[in-house]
Amino acid sequence: MASTAEIKEENHWGGASRPLGARYGKLMMWFFLLSDALTFSGFLTAYGLMRFKYEKTWPIAENVFTHFPGIEGDQPLLYVALMTFILIMSSVTMVLAVNAGEKMKRGAVTNWMLLTIIGGLIFVGSQAWEWYHFISGDTGAIETDHAEILHVYNEEGERLSFSQLVHGMENGHASNHGETFTKEEVLSALKANTTYYLQEPGKAGEKFDHVASVTFLEQGDIVQGANMTHNEYGRKQFANFFFFITGFHGFHVFSGVVINFVIFYNILLGTYERRGHYRMVEKVGLYWHFVDLVWVFVFTFFYLV
Amino acid sequence: MAEHNGTWWIWKVFWILLIVTTVEVVLGIIKPEFMLTPVAGTSILNYVFIILTIFKAAYIVQVFMHVKFENKAMKYSLYLPTLILIPYLTFILLTEGSYLFQ
Repeated sequence: MASTAEIKEENHWGGASRPLGARYGKLMMWFFLLSDALTFSGFLTAYGLMRFKYEKTWPIAENVFTHFPGIEGDQPLLYVALMTFILIMSSVTMVLAVNAGEKMKRGAVTNWMLLTIIGGLIFVGSQAWEWYHFISGDTGAIETDHAEILHVYNEEGERLSFSQLVHGMENGHASNHGETFTKEEVLSALKANTTYYLQEPGKAGEKFDHVASVTFLEQGDIVQGANMTHNEYGRKQFANFFFFITGFHGFHVFSGVVINFVIFYNILLGTYERRGHYRMVEKVGLYWHFVDLVWVFVFTFFYLV
Repeated sequence: MAEHNGTWWIWKVFWILLIVTTVEVVLGIIKPEFMLTPVAGTSILNYVFIILTIFKAAYIVQVFMHVKFENKAMKYSLYLPTLILIPYLTFILLTEGSYLFQ
């Protein structure tokens, strides 16, 4: 009996037994994804903590991401829904590529991989578009000397852009469209319209009367657009987390596209045909699905909740 | 691996993901009044979003990432760390987070 056990032990170390039933490469990809999942959960829970801390004045995502290419006016959630659809679609083409690879259908793998790469590129492009609009800003805001963000409202409770404030309701646009304003312009327009007031962003932002509003602007400054230190949409942490989480995810998508392209090139060269299997497609497939998986969570916790 | 015949099982998951996402977006746009009542810290709507998200994630992991077809040891080594550590981190931040106001 002892000798049988010894032989078995030897087989274990010799690589004969496969307790997880997966090959080395796939296993390592999974362990990488596991650690990556924990990293993303760290980001998203940290985001939740900050949001909880500033619950009353935290910007509401659907008031921030309201643009859709080619359509004027408020389109909350639509653009990000389209991005989600594109990513799900490219995940589907990836499974189809893996599936065709298992059956050694080289032509089908080539086509599905190409579609996956195109889907990934469209997604990265969409994200760049969204970043561009987030950074260049929408309505503009007032930042007090205590770094609190305030938005301009009229007597009917409608939020005004600097364009509407300075040029008047008839001539102004609901979005500044890249026009820059000076503090003096905004201040004199705010002084002239005595029914206008300032209010904090978020679901329970405080309202200030006209006199207090003018004082806030006199002592503070205006903000247009968003970066790591100033953010017209509200708390600067909102912009920080937006850049960090969607940036980190976007970088995953970008590197996914690069890796997919390398695999696609190898499919064209016939590397996997010579190797006799398409396991590399399966491995990058896991990575690509993971990117989609993370986006499902980012979509919920950043845009929906 | 009976499910691996043809590609219908892939398209089935595609339709599930698409329909669930559409439901989420529609709920996010109309925000039904009765779902905004807060229950244990957040609105019913947010619970619905979180449940639907986990539902989608489960399909992606199980079918697209093939975990459904892996052996038991593999399933456990993937599910246990994530299903213990992520809820634990969430729990810690949810409970300790309330001290921010003290």
